[in-house]
Amino acid sequence: MSGPLNVVVLVKQVPDSGAPRSLSATDATVDRESGDLVVNEMDEYAIEEALRLTKDRGGQVTLLTMGPVQAAQSIRKALQMGADAAVHITDEALHGSCAVKTSLVLAAALRTLEWDLVICGAESTDGQLAVLPAMLSQRLGIPALTGARKLAIDDSVDGAAETASAGCVGRIERQTETGYQLVQAELPAIVSVWDTINEPRYPTFRDIMAAKSKPISTLCLADLGIASSDVGAAGATSRVDEAVPRPPRQAGVIVEGDERAGTKLVEFLATRRLV
Amino acid sequence: MAASSVLVLVEHAAGTLNKATADLLTAARGLGEPIAVLLDTPDADEALIAELGKLGVDAVLRLRHPRVAKYVATPAAKALAHLVAQRQPAAVLVAATADGKEIAGRLAVLTESGLLTDVTDLNSEGAAVQEIFAGSTIVRSHVTVGTPIYAVRTGAISPDAITPQPTTPTVEEFTVDFSTDGVSHTLEDAQILEEVVEPKGSRPDLADAAVVVAGGRGVGSAAGFELLEQFADALGGAVGASRAATDGGLYPHQFQVGQTGKTVSPQLYIACGISGAIQHRAGMQTAHTIVVINSDPNSPIFEIADFGIVGDLHTVIPQALVALRERAGH
Ligand SMILES: Cc1cc2nc3c(=O)[nH]c(=O)nc-3n(C[C@H](O)[C@H](O)[C@H](O)COP(=O)(O)OP(=O)(O)OC[C@H]3O[C@@H](n4cnc5c(N)ncnc54)[C@H](O)[C@@H]3O)c2cc1C
Ligand SMILES: Nc1ncnc2c1ncn2[C@@H]1O[C@H](COP(=O)(O)O)[C@@H](O)[C@H]1O
Repeated sequence: MSGPLNVVVLVKQVPDSGAPRSLSATDATVDRESGDLVVNEMDEYAIEEALRLTKDRGGQVTLLTMGPVQAAQSIRKALQMGADAAVHITDEALHGSCAVKTSLVLAAALRTLEWDLVICGAESTDGQLAVLPAMLSQRLGIPALTGARKLAIDDSVDGAAETASAGCVGRIERQTETGYQLVQAELPAIVSVWDTINEPRYPTFRDIMAAKSKPISTLCLADLGIASSDVGAAGATSRVDEAVPRPPRQAGVIVEGDERAGTKLVEFLATRRLV
Repeated sequence: MAASSVLVLVEHAAGTLNKATADLLTAARGLGEPIAVLLDTPDADEALIAELGKLGVDAVLRLRHPRVAKYVATPAAKALAHLVAQRQPAAVLVAATADGKEIAGRLAVLTESGLLTDVTDLNSEGAAVQEIFAGSTIVRSHVTVGTPIYAVRTGAISPDAITPQPTTPTVEEFTVDFSTDGVSHTLEDAQILEEVVEPKGSRPDLADAAVVVAGGRGVGSAAGFELLEQFADALGGAVGASRAATDGGLYPHQFQVGQTGKTVSPQLYIACGISGAIQHRAGMQTAHTIVVINSDPNSPIFEIADFGIVGDLHTVIPQALVALRERAGH
């Protein structure tokens, strides 16, 4: 397969991680009423990677989101980067879905689309679970190349271990605590990316105008053959019992305009037995 | 009545246990009787068993298989799923590392169970504490479906009040049917071709250093970070950096602290030229003592400082170094 590569990018709308965030007081789901909603930052790197891969070889880039009606705004924004189209899974019954059920829904939606590669962010800034790619891999029966800081698609399977089917392989540098692992799998596959992988582009005026007319199709649970009772708060596999703000730290000593500040710092450390 | 068992996935590398394993065992003891699940290569010796004995482990389930080191997360998830079906444990605990979370996610799908990630505390009923939104909100949750799976943030669990008695664990070997689809790997497998450890120098590991000296954009240049390294060395600490510093090429990315970097919880964190964005605080606000050096008194980082200096780090740090040397002198 040296021809075009069709890529689906998973994007999620999240509250801005730079502003104060909270859980809704009524049902302990992420509060989407207050604060700005943005495209999950890591997903912008996923979009950029999809655009980079398809630039030379061609192929469609489709964005896929599961989220409330207002997530459409973030999808439109994300389309400005250059993807061709988007699919928005939205249904009242999805409110309060846990990660396990989110993966069920996204997997069902992915089965309705045609792709060689799924790319997503390594983690979302609200849930920060970093589990979705592995769950989708398990549900779809395809390999996951997770936590990539570098991705290459290789058409020549020569030298690749265990290539049973005719296809190409994806190879990543998988970021680890101590360095990286070189990891490889055959396509179709799902790849998750860190923000070290590329530099997402800023849309030009032309991109912004072009995005206005790009198609966004919607899917509801009935389209996917999933029962309402199986998802959302009703079908959740875990429940939040309580959410409280972190208690503030005790105010400390502030030294200003003091020529002996460096010395005082060491004296402070000594009183706390830190030196 | 026998207490219910809790499966603990042993964290190990290069023939030794990782610190995380002791934390996982501690967390597991609150829930039931821990059973250590040890996945290793076929040539593995008994050294790890002895180390587990020192941590008070009574029972070890061991799988020795070449797949374990060959593929990312899939062999471990399948092994655990096999044990969950066979033994019906009260819970499964893994470390909340990249690998651990991936294993947990797969296991949740394979066993149709709920999972909670980045757990910082667990009570005897299985209620888990998690810190969300960059640590600004603390939630208590529980799993309502299947066998609860917890990915536990290591370093966060407070150690056992009583040191467990050393034991000689009983070891039971088990095997798993890694079903193949006519190929030597299963469809979900991603193969590890090579493991590359990047040089980190002689300083302690950022993740579990007692002292972290961190620099931000205010450090100004890569050369400025040399001053921070001297400061860290004088305190026996590690060097960390804000994202502005790593993005700007002032310091390597692997040392980034924060939401998209490492989470640290040292005895002492010294933030130099860091403004204190929510995403940075996410990685360091549980430090025991926080010291701030910043020239702008309005920087939000001062809100969490135990000792804050409004001043230029390029003059404050050299003076502190002199003071440290004088102390070392007597
Ligand atoms: C999704 C997302 C994830 C993110 N993840 C992370 C993360 O993991 N870690 C992280 O750190 N950031 C993260 N960020 C970025 C974060 O929002 C901030 O932009 C970043 O932390 C700022 O770094 P800084 O404090 O070094 O730089 P700045 O905000 O520019 O602050 C520099 C500070 O240095 C001070 N200063 C300047 N000169 C001197 C001097 N001579 N002496 C003393 N002080 C001086 C200034 O007063 C200022 O306060 C993330 C952002 C997003 C959107
Ligand atoms: N509701 C969603 N819709 C689309 N993509 C999602 C959704 N939730 C998570 N993702 C994708 O999965 C990645 C990891 O998310 P998480 O496992 O929640 O940390 C994100 O960066 C997204 O790419």
